Amino acid sequence: MQFDQILQYTLSGLSTGAIYALIGIGFSIIYNATGIINFAQGEFVMLGGLLTLSCLELLALPLWAAVPCAIAVSTVVGILFERLAIRPLKQPTPINLVIITIGGSILIRGLAMLVWGKDTHAIPAFSGDVPISVGGATILPQHLWILAITLVTICINKIYFYHTISGKAMRACSYNRRAAGLVGIDVRRMVLFSFIISSAMGAVAGIIVAPLTMTAYDVGVMLGLKGFCAAIIGGMSSGLSTVIGGLLLGVLESLGAGLISSGYKDAIAFIILLLILFIRPQGLFGKADSERV
Amino acid sequence: MEKLIRSGSNTMKRDLLLFIGFSVLIMVAPQLFAGGYLMNVLVFVGINTMLAIALNLLLGYAGQISLGHAGFFGLGAYISGILTTTFSLNPWLAMPIAALAVGCLAGVIGFPILKLKGHYLAMASLGLGIIMYIVFNETVELTGGPSGLSGIPNMKLAGVSFDSDVKNYYLIWGFTLAVMLFSINLANSRVGRALRAVHDSEVAAQVLGVNARLLKVQIFALSAIISSLAGSLYAHTMTFISPASFGFNFSIELLTMVVIGGLGSIYGSFLGAALLTLLPEILRGANDYDIIIYGGLLVLMVMYMPGGLVRGIPDLFKKIFKPKGGADHA
Repeated sequence: MQFDQILQYTLSGLSTGAIYALIGIGFSIIYNATGIINFAQGEFVMLGGLLTLSCLELLALPLWAAVPCAIAVSTVVGILFERLAIRPLKQPTPINLVIITIGGSILIRGLAMLVWGKDTHAIPAFSGDVPISVGGATILPQHLWILAITLVTICINKIYFYHTISGKAMRACSYNRRAAGLVGIDVRRMVLFSFIISSAMGAVAGIIVAPLTMTAYDVGVMLGLKGFCAAIIGGMSSGLSTVIGGLLLGVLESLGAGLISSGYKDAIAFIILLLILFIRPQGLFGKADSERV
Repeated sequence: MEKLIRSGSNTMKRDLLLFIGFSVLIMVAPQLFAGGYLMNVLVFVGINTMLAIALNLLLGYAGQISLGHAGFFGLGAYISGILTTTFSLNPWLAMPIAALAVGCLAGVIGFPILKLKGHYLAMASLGLGIIMYIVFNETVELTGGPSGLSGIPNMKLAGVSFDSDVKNYYLIWGFTLAVMLFSINLANSRVGRALRAVHDSEVAAQVLGVNARLLKVQIFALSAIISSLAGSLYAHTMTFISPASFGFNFSIELLTMVVIGGLGSIYGSFLGAALLTLLPEILRGANDYDIIIYGGLLVLMVMYMPGGLVRGIPDLFKKIFKPKGGADHA
């Protein structure tokens, strides 16, 4: 086994890992604000990619306009989802929430199938396909875009959560919802905000990964689950640990696919998921917290 | 509480009568719908009813979700299929071997997985199901991989081969009715009451002396065994199996059946299974739309009829036929 081969797998694993991290943070934000695991998270990833395609082809928008457009529409879907499915729920038990978010995700996926069909669609890379060589391995410009945009998104996220009033209010909700309500924070609005942020982040992930992996109405299932896996590794934090979780998952998956067997590539993520849940349900870096179990 | 105390011989007798009535209906049904194609669909209603009951025991009674039951169903089907083709074993022997193996596996995995609750259990069981699905696809020498396993023999009993829809109907419904009777008895037994106690509050159940952890694992294993039996029957009826029938989507379909029928109701599981099996046949033209209908049904049921059809329809009737405005202490 050559060094540059391992480097190659690691580099491509890092960029997929960045995508998992973005999706995982989306999971965590909603979970921390509401206690809900949103099974429909992956569908926003799918929507991001496919909406960009429509903006580029049908509306003939340039890329810089298509991307915000796609993010905005996905966010609207996220808002509708929260308003129509989550908020009116009379008995928000965990099982009901699981079922309703699964139902919602199937519904969104089905509607996407009606709109875009069952075909796989390609989206042009942001800045060409000329490979760049890095110490014996080659990467595409899109890989760099993914890493850069992920970094920027995470920074914006950090600034929002630590330096704005509504971000701080949201953090208060995640510590203690009732206490947050008592000091005058509108908890329901924060729930809505959490859906807005995570659907937007999901859409971003979907848009930047689409040129690499192509996109279709059903890509959200796997990407969503892998994102969840990243969040579990990170202990459902909306910060650095989930990012590390995502990168770790991406690299392990890529190495496993390259060195062991590509057929079992998807199984790797789920085996890690089960192991973490069984052995360290608080996440790889977290302190023991019985509530997560 | 009152209900629990009264649930003695009276409930038992009523349940038994209801079951006998239902069985008679099932047994004469082929005479009513002698059409060839419908029989085939009714065979699947039987298999799906068994699976829905298996999941319902876990979800409706013990309150533990599983999004990986299609995996146990597939495991039963594949073990039966491989034992009877590659190792030319008798199907009647292969079926209990498969059930035993799946039961042991579920028992072992049950301990760590059922420590998890709510969303975490949902995700872990989902991951388990997907791992099993990947194994079905990747162990090509054993399972035939994505192109499937064919040439699985039909079951035989006293010289009769179950090779037609009508014969399979009786074979499968025989098993399904047995599973129903068993589950109804289980629900009315001490175990059933303990399960409901665990469902309402695990801590309270434990304080009252219920070994909640062991009970959950036992019911998980039982549920997996019933799914495995359904899988074996499926393999011997279809004579061909492929991983596509045992994926994540089928786990969701099973969940939909249980939720639509009604959590914690055996006949509800039948209702949900029948509806979801017949629906694609009714919507034949709208082939691609069924995924939207499943999703829509799930959302609408949880929002407007959280008790499922078995409780929702009587409630609806009450609402429609009762005069409004009266002091109604429902």
